[in-house]
Amino acid sequence: MNRFGYSRAGDVAGAVRERAANGAAAFIAGGTNLVDLMKENVARPERLIDVTRLPLRGIEEREGGLRLGALATNAEVAYDERVRARYPLLSSAILAGASPQLRNAATTGGNLLQRTRCYYFYDTATPCNKREPGSGCPAREGVNRIHAILGTSEHCIAVHPSDMCVAMAALDATVRVTGEGGERAIPFAEFHRLPGDTPEIDTNLGRDELVTAVDLPAESFPTHYTYLKLRDRLSYAFALVSVAVAMELDGGTIREARLALGGVAHKPWRDREAEALLRGQAPSPELFARVSDATLRDARGFGGNDFKIGLARQAIRRALSQAAAGTPQSQTDKRVQ
Amino acid sequence: MGHIGTPTSRVDGRAKVTGTARYAAEYVAPDLAYGVVVSSPVARGKIRAIDASAALAVPGVVQVFTHENRPSLAWFSRSWQDEVAPPGSPFRPLYDKEIHYSGQPVALVVAEEFEAARHAATLLRIEYETLPHATDLGAAREEAYEPRKKRSGIPPPAKPRGDAQAGYEAGAVKLEAEYRHGFEHHNPMEMHAATVVWEGDGRITVYDKTQGSQNCQSYIHNVFGIPSDQVRVVNAYVGGAFGSGLRPHYQLFLAVMAATQLERSVRVVLTRQQMFTFTHRPDTIQKMALAADADGKLTAFRHEAVQNTSRFEDYQEAVVNWAGLLYKCDNTLFDYRLAQLDLPTPGDMRAPGAATGLIGIECAMDELAYAAKLDPLEFRLRNYSEIDQDNNRKYTSKALREAYHIGAERFGWGRRSMAPGSMREGGELIGWGMATGVWEAMMMKTAANAVLHADGRVEVACATSDIGTGTYTILAQIAAEALGVDLARVTVRIGDSDLPKSPVSGGSWTAASAGAAVDAACQALRKSLFKLARGMDDSPLANASLDRVVFDGGAIRLADDEARAVALTDVLTAHHLSLVEEEGAASPSMISSMRYSRYTHSAVFAEVRVDAQLKVVRVTRIVNAVAAGRILNPKTARSQILGGVVMGMGMALYEETMPDHRFGRFMNHNLAEYHVAAHADVQGIDVIFVDEPDEEVSPLGVKGLGEIGIVGTPAAIANAIFHATGKRVRELPITIDKLLD
Repeated sequence: MNRFGYSRAGDVAGAVRERAANGAAAFIAGGTNLVDLMKENVARPERLIDVTRLPLRGIEEREGGLRLGALATNAEVAYDERVRARYPLLSSAILAGASPQLRNAATTGGNLLQRTRCYYFYDTATPCNKREPGSGCPAREGVNRIHAILGTSEHCIAVHPSDMCVAMAALDATVRVTGEGGERAIPFAEFHRLPGDTPEIDTNLGRDELVTAVDLPAESFPTHYTYLKLRDRLSYAFALVSVAVAMELDGGTIREARLALGGVAHKPWRDREAEALLRGQAPSPELFARVSDATLRDARGFGGNDFKIGLARQAIRRALSQAAAGTPQSQTDKRVQ
Repeated sequence: MGHIGTPTSRVDGRAKVTGTARYAAEYVAPDLAYGVVVSSPVARGKIRAIDASAALAVPGVVQVFTHENRPSLAWFSRSWQDEVAPPGSPFRPLYDKEIHYSGQPVALVVAEEFEAARHAATLLRIEYETLPHATDLGAAREEAYEPRKKRSGIPPPAKPRGDAQAGYEAGAVKLEAEYRHGFEHHNPMEMHAATVVWEGDGRITVYDKTQGSQNCQSYIHNVFGIPSDQVRVVNAYVGGAFGSGLRPHYQLFLAVMAATQLERSVRVVLTRQQMFTFTHRPDTIQKMALAADADGKLTAFRHEAVQNTSRFEDYQEAVVNWAGLLYKCDNTLFDYRLAQLDLPTPGDMRAPGAATGLIGIECAMDELAYAAKLDPLEFRLRNYSEIDQDNNRKYTSKALREAYHIGAERFGWGRRSMAPGSMREGGELIGWGMATGVWEAMMMKTAANAVLHADGRVEVACATSDIGTGTYTILAQIAAEALGVDLARVTVRIGDSDLPKSPVSGGSWTAASAGAAVDAACQALRKSLFKLARGMDDSPLANASLDRVVFDGGAIRLADDEARAVALTDVLTAHHLSLVEEEGAASPSMISSMRYSRYTHSAVFAEVRVDAQLKVVRVTRIVNAVAAGRILNPKTARSQILGGVVMGMGMALYEETMPDHRFGRFMNHNLAEYHVAAHADVQGIDVIFVDEPDEEVSPLGVKGLGEIGIVGTPAAIANAIFHATGKRVRELPITIDKLLD
């Protein structure tokens, strides 16, 4: 860990100004990921700008939806009565991740900005294009059972580790940010990036921008949803594959459907073409198999993670059935339903 | 009386949960300096140059130690060998420019503050010349060899019996298969750490995370040349070890070196990543060839294993030494080889050898039972061995048959249907599997003393360690029982090199060894106290003999008239004594060792449920029936087995350290990616202690429980997964990728 300066931001504008003035500064809120990365010497910020005192903690009603303050903790969001009643998918996804202690500290904004758990990214004794652009990607031919099968590039096959973000992607949330140029809203699907030629850049957030809130739209999928997370043990592990499904059924027909995957790509993965196959159809195993195959049509493995393709194929089918039946995966009963 | 055998809560429980129990990294001293270890990123090579200028320029940095400025150290390999070292030349930290493995300590940065040391450690510039390395056992097995020098305490594989080849050919059913389990790391919760307190007069007090204070004391003496009477090593509390603390490790060396060089107190704490850089359970490949006749009687048993060691020591464990004891078979062949890799020397990890070997043996037995169309338990009973055929000796006791029956009964084994995939509930496949466990019942020479104070307090002391097992508690029970006092009146002092001699705490021998030593000291104290009591004026015991009195309720009483008694405190008062002290010692009987084999056994039954579509496995039930002689404390004993079973679940399903052979480095070196069982994974464990009176095995009839809980558990789970899915996965841990089609 390097030596670093510390300041506490008094207001959003001040935080943004300070960050813009110092290219090597980093915002810190819960610190559940950043401090780890600093201990590993992977993140070396010159200065930490503590944003925890900013007035960004609340969860508010907004245009039929909810606005989640960037500093609302994962626990506060997951256990908020409105979130539980109207956006149970989000609550469920958050509770599928981490531990109670971590969820008490981790914030909504910080969760969006989590960095990959790729072994090589975390270990400064090895090359990594994300950590040191141009140094290479040893994961491609190395230990890669946790790595991406979709949207990879020759430079990076890391995955985004969040559960919360997979649900937000499915819900078509919007990320609100403030920078020196003012405020803007980023559709969730455009917030995280694929690695391409610049794996060192995880998101489309500007250097000076601070996440202030996540907006959940009015359409909330309170009945037909599920978050199915498959991992190496029954709790407290990052997803090998996770599936968020949100559906609206009209009689026996699927009116609207969302499908997002975690653990398989550099960002929460949505495939709108595959989703479209669901609309206007009656739920059936055959339909779900078709959608599953379509979602994974371009998937490719790198040896250790080949199994993820088959696992994701089955997981999508299971999750679609759970959502259609209105029997979402429980996150407290430690078994797959 | 009535202390031994009674479920008793840990006497050190309150100190632990209130934080007053101190661990190695928690001791403070005036002017304490902090050392941070810098680890090699390369697996093999030489240090070409070190530039410490930037590190030394950090305010607060006191010194950067490397091989270039280390003090003069012992030259002979022998001086570096501790009491449990395998044959070879032990790793010497900062000795020279050679890099032997990735993660090797190459420097210690010492500063006034921990933060300054940690920062400066990142500024050290070290240039390496790299050399080719190897970390792949699969490739290195071709060059495997029989270890030339045997490791002390590890019996070599039994001599062949009959003709294994002919027996195999003659069998009606056969099995040939290869099993593998990858590297594991111990990962106790407490990081390895050492705080060395510079006492100012040349003496040092060393607080180290170790399983043997006296082992560390002699290591420091031998390596640094410091007289033993100037080194005191304390390990009063140990936050788990599982074997990782048996040998002195580099945190101890570095902290002692820095403290003696700087003449001030120094603390060195390893990071979790560094916990993967000094010992591990070796990668093991086991080749099994078994055959049985038409009646399901074994006609051949061949067990060959190859394990990795380092380039500098021949670490060995007993992997192939079990089948010949467990099963009756007249044609056997056992073979054990090592292959060298560019890694630290492996070390004992809970049930070293047995936890691994019983995977091969018990999975193969399950496979052969299926080939013979016999219930796996019935197959084992048909091959049950009443004697140790390897050594042609009787057992001091072997209640394995009872363990099988009682365990099976509790589990409901009789309701099992044989065909794989035949038991199902909804979308889940149910699998029931079983396996046998075995471990040596060892005892080591140990000394203790016992003191009665004038106020009635009893103090017993021994240099043994409590590594989380409950040693404090059982020793208190033994003393309270022997002297007839309340448990609360007994203080146990252990974990200190100044105390009576004890070996490292490991191998499941502590309860039998330290327990017998404490009992011997207490028996000696009884004798002295009785003599003193008899000599008192008008003593009611004047005409009694020691075998006609009982020690109970803080008094010595006539056995046939308990009202006639002398209070222990009155004995001391009458003789104007502030205390009475006696010593005791216990050693294994050589004659008995030649006559009998001594082992602990278990029968493990496991239920798994596997999602038929997604292949997610959960272990829903384990019944572990253990035959381990006399159980001193059913409560801490049960905890030992629970912990062993959970670790066995890890071995079956989760735990594996994955190397990237290109870098010669373990990649998942943290607890986020090295998976041990989480609470959610542990659903129901039923521990049964089978009645097994055994007067022969050790003075207290104790066999020990530290290891037996893990042995057999991985195989029982693997066999259950086969029963559920019909798929034999022979490479453990059985992660989801291995079960998907």
